[in-house]
Amino acid sequence: MLTAAVLYFLIVVPGTCGEMCMSHTMKTVGEVKDFRPHSVARSLGRAMKLPSFWVGISMMALGFFALLGMLSVAKVSFVFPATALSYAVGTLGGRLFLGERVTPQRWVGVSLVCIGVVLVALGKG
Amino acid sequence: MTPAPALHLKTAILIVIMVSVAPLGDMFLGKGMKHIGPMPDGAPTGLLGFFFRTFTSETIWLGISLLLAFFVAYLLVLSWADYSYVLPASSISTLVVALLARFVLHESVRPLRWAGVAMICLGVFVVGHTHPRTTEHGLC
Repeated sequence: MLTAAVLYFLIVVPGTCGEMCMSHTMKTVGEVKDFRPHSVARSLGRAMKLPSFWVGISMMALGFFALLGMLSVAKVSFVFPATALSYAVGTLGGRLFLGERVTPQRWVGVSLVCIGVVLVALGKG
Repeated sequence: MTPAPALHLKTAILIVIMVSVAPLGDMFLGKGMKHIGPMPDGAPTGLLGFFFRTFTSETIWLGISLLLAFFVAYLLVLSWADYSYVLPASSISTLVVALLARFVLHESVRPLRWAGVAMICLGVFVVGHTHPRTTEHGLC
């Protein structure tokens, strides 16, 4: 039970924080307007020089391995509905840490997605 | 700054790329690994052979390439769009997964799963009508 709780925490929190780090990194690099391969490669190269990119990658990897671990100790029909919480946590994180303006309309959309993810996972069981 | 309609368009194009290539990548990885068989436990030579077969499989590399394409599209879209926009919008990949399961893998998809997919599509539609970018951070 404790193992599952720790793994669940690792899926939701570091997984979401890692993605937020990536968002912060790419906002620092700046809006990509030129999609020719060498320009894209240059933008990605700039991102890779930022510490937040590697922090983000590491946290996303931790979240991914926690998901694999969780799948070995809990049923798929529990794990995937439970990860729906990541959408709400991520949106809240975007609001609190990235300064994004999350309108009520966006919250409604995120809530519908969360419910949908739960239904999809239950439908697989 | 990119005008709003152009921003919506390029955000939508990259999200379509993301949600198309990620499930395909997962499918090819799954197919490749099923073809290779289970990982042997015990002798290091067995493990070495397993990794050799994995990394010389064209299907595995196709899956990895598609997932890399997903990651590049994900990073690019995050260079201008809100994380709280991209995160729910990308969940529409569940529709692609359900369609692949039904029409490519010929699996049966339960009505509850279709209901969930419909709910996600509705959620993405609602999120999609908000502005993709609400911050001015990093504009250069």
